[in-house]
Amino acid sequence: MGVSRADGRDAVEAPRHSLVVRVTHWITTVCFFALVITGAEIVISHPRFYWGETGNVNMKPLFTIPIASSRDTVPTGHGYVMPDQNGWSRYLHFEAAWVVVLAGLVYGIAGLVSGHFRKDLWLGRGERSWQAFWGAMARYFRRRPPSEGDAHSYNLMQKLAYLGVIFVLFPLVIWTGLALSPSFNSAFPFWVDVLGGRQSARTLHFFVSWALVLFLVVHVGMVVVAGFWSRTKAMITGNLAQPKERI
Amino acid sequence: MKPISRRKLITGGIAATAGVAGLAVAARIAGRYGLVPPDCKGIYGPGETLTYAAQRLLTRHSLAREFPRSMISKMPFRNETAPPSDEFKRLQAGDFKEWRLAIDGMVARPGVYSISELKSLPMRSQITEVVCEEGWSYVAEWIGTPLSELLNAVGVLPQARYVAYFSIQEDWWDSIDMADAGHPQTVLAWGMNDGDLPVGFGGPLRLRVPRQLGYKNVKYLTRLTVTDSMKKFGKGLGSASPEGGYSWYAGI
Repeated sequence: MGVSRADGRDAVEAPRHSLVVRVTHWITTVCFFALVITGAEIVISHPRFYWGETGNVNMKPLFTIPIASSRDTVPTGHGYVMPDQNGWSRYLHFEAAWVVVLAGLVYGIAGLVSGHFRKDLWLGRGERSWQAFWGAMARYFRRRPPSEGDAHSYNLMQKLAYLGVIFVLFPLVIWTGLALSPSFNSAFPFWVDVLGGRQSARTLHFFVSWALVLFLVVHVGMVVVAGFWSRTKAMITGNLAQPKERI
Repeated sequence: MKPISRRKLITGGIAATAGVAGLAVAARIAGRYGLVPPDCKGIYGPGETLTYAAQRLLTRHSLAREFPRSMISKMPFRNETAPPSDEFKRLQAGDFKEWRLAIDGMVARPGVYSISELKSLPMRSQITEVVCEEGWSYVAEWIGTPLSELLNAVGVLPQARYVAYFSIQEDWWDSIDMADAGHPQTVLAWGMNDGDLPVGFGGPLRLRVPRQLGYKNVKYLTRLTVTDSMKKFGKGLGSASPEGGYSWYAGI
């Protein structure tokens, strides 16, 4: 898609997503799947959650997930023990965490330097009101087709969702995850103390992970509504397949 | 696809070369400063190495959180261990008076210590949390001989890099680097909550490394070996944990 310029050369239209966004998006996707799967495996070894500093099978849980455990020391009410997958799950969990945090750093720095956050994600003047919020919400519930501009910019709901994931959920999941490291906590004790203790941090880590999974489900759902292949292609090649999509 | 411009090709090439050279330099520096764990190979090696190196740089001297007495768990969890061997039962019948801890390897004065001989060395009491990789935890008071006191008593040679430690139970052994071995909170624990260390919790002697997960805190210790390399032990991965699929370093 070239645009003729006065000097006769074709200027390339700015891509829908910059190279940094595309690469870090897919790195995050792969890492997120690895983190969710291995995280679930680790939970299976102790599907009980507590609040405060300590918690174990001799103590009353905050809640229990009604599944069998991969440890016969955990009373689950199920008559069988699942296979232990914690070894590779833990190795992969932390490796994927490193990769996604490094990708997140690249994304964050690039987003600040290039103005991507300010220009594309930060709320515009007309978007900072409840009226705008309810208006955007109503558009979703009335299932109004996206306007042509929606293919090239983010609407208010998208901005809020992305801002929430990038600046709230991801920092929180990293915070609560690091708070589970006894060595890290030795250097930065406040890191876990402000969360109310180790078991509180673990429980929060679990819920924030669920919030991220919920985002993923809605995100993919919306991509399907907007046109799965064209939107996915745009996130791979940077360009939209066609200027207009049908929904 | 747009053709790649020459400038992009050159900058990309320089960046890639710099990246590879940077990694090579980083690996050499990491090796020299002891930032590479014994299980650094394989697909999970990079993550394990990053975690270990980052935490060694950040937390070499930091102290694990200690808690007030009021936070000592009333219901600690002992976790299960393999049934005791006949040898263990024999020693238990004698109130562990004949329990011995051998220390050998790269030390000036290898020796064998009874529990009471260990108790004659300076002791330390601390209230720390046991955190299991499965997710559960409890807080207890741990009383014991700091490993550093024993290491001082036997005289560690300067080339030492790890302390390997072995349980009376077969195939239960682990190792820590000198940063953890010399750490003031790393203790050979023989007491718990004002009493003798109960057998269920590792009595008569267990290692407490409160900056690492529970599985590094091997129970029923009988031997310590100071070494410059973990290659000679088991499969050379640093402990029995990586042989069972678990990471050697457990500061997570």
